Amino acid sequence: MIGIVDYGAGNLYSIVKAFDHLGFSTRVIKSVDDVLEIERVVMPGVGAFSSAIDGLKSKGLFSWLRNWIETGKPFLGICLGMQVLFETSDEAKNIKGLGIFPGRVRRLNAKKVPHIGWNQVLLNSACGLFKGIPSRPYFYFLHSYYVPYQESDYVQARTVYEVPFVSVLARGNLYAVQFHPEKSGGLGLRMLDNWVRLC
Amino acid sequence: MLATRIIPCLDIADARVVKGVRFQMLQSLGDPIERAQFYEEQGADEIMLLDVNASYKNRDLMFELISRVAKRIFIPLCVGGGIRDIEDMRMALMSGADKVAICTGAIMNPGLITEGAKRFGSQCIVLSIDAKRYKDTWHCYTYGGRRDTGLDVLEWARLSEELGAGEILLNSIDRDGTGEGYDLELTKMVSEEVSIPIIASGGAGNLEHLYDAIIRGRADAVLLASLVHYDEYQIGEIKDYLRTRGIRVR
Repeated sequence: MIGIVDYGAGNLYSIVKAFDHLGFSTRVIKSVDDVLEIERVVMPGVGAFSSAIDGLKSKGLFSWLRNWIETGKPFLGICLGMQVLFETSDEAKNIKGLGIFPGRVRRLNAKKVPHIGWNQVLLNSACGLFKGIPSRPYFYFLHSYYVPYQESDYVQARTVYEVPFVSVLARGNLYAVQFHPEKSGGLGLRMLDNWVRLC
Repeated sequence: MLATRIIPCLDIADARVVKGVRFQMLQSLGDPIERAQFYEEQGADEIMLLDVNASYKNRDLMFELISRVAKRIFIPLCVGGGIRDIEDMRMALMSGADKVAICTGAIMNPGLITEGAKRFGSQCIVLSIDAKRYKDTWHCYTYGGRRDTGLDVLEWARLSEELGAGEILLNSIDRDGTGEGYDLELTKMVSEEVSIPIIASGGAGNLEHLYDAIIRGRADAVLLASLVHYDEYQIGEIKDYLRTRGIRVR
């Protein structure tokens, strides 16, 4: 069973629908009462940094989620679901993220913001999430904040929108992507399928 | 690098795809679900559903249609037509839309942009502007191009960005369905004025027009209807053409 974290900020329809299509059952996690039998967790990307963190806290899911990730259980963060893994964000200066990774999420300073549309994911080396996916694939992005690109053992890929930013992270059973696989057509579905089979 | 988006637009009336010229003379073109799936397979970057009647008719049929289309496609879906308040937005998003395009509703109540952006995020809010040339400038029209508000397009575009719109869908009423090409002057003017993406709409008649909208009009995305609805061009062919002209497409 795949648990989709609902922090109250929006629409989980797309991600649920994508797993449905792939034949995997999901359950929306609204409180810790919903986490029994959950084997994998997806933190979807809708809303703002502050509402996500506040939502997790008010539903009593903040510590549970951090513990889930820290104990190495299967996790996928999407878009904002990747950004909340960091310590802080320009989007909400006084709010602390999950702090799984060090650093601050920055506001994009490009000619056009948000970064909306299909852009290429440039992998540093082979990554299980991208098995069977051609190199330099296009995925759908939609965000105004980004994690600055830097080489490190958990940074798997970068994407360039005026500046290079982190588009894929992986460490053990933790995976996180800045783009929306559930909105990236057939390749996105393939990536989600890979994730389930990986961990 | 970011690819320029090619977005087929399905104009919907009574749950069927239709197409008119200068917002008039609607003609039925078939089942929207099949069309949307067909376009995704061909490489469409996003799908737009515009309910051309909803400005004054019952919308339940549209919400039901959105959910049936959303269930079958795995690329972004934007819907518009008759979105008047937060509840309409919520219904559209809950039915499976990723974004809502608002036109008349936003002009009547600009606060709707801000409230929508706050509730659902700026990325959900597409301000749709129906623009018609008036002397040396352009006016915003409401009610599917039937009413001149006298509001200046550039002023409204600037304001909507401040209010929290995430994108602007810029429709030229003068060019809609004519195949004479996008209104490049209008597109360039608005695109250079705001720092949110502009989707050019209205007037594509051949592939050169798309190139012009992107290069000369500085559009971040182009909306297509007639060009693909009559199977004159496949989206793959359109992208091949743009690629040979040096434009990055997916």
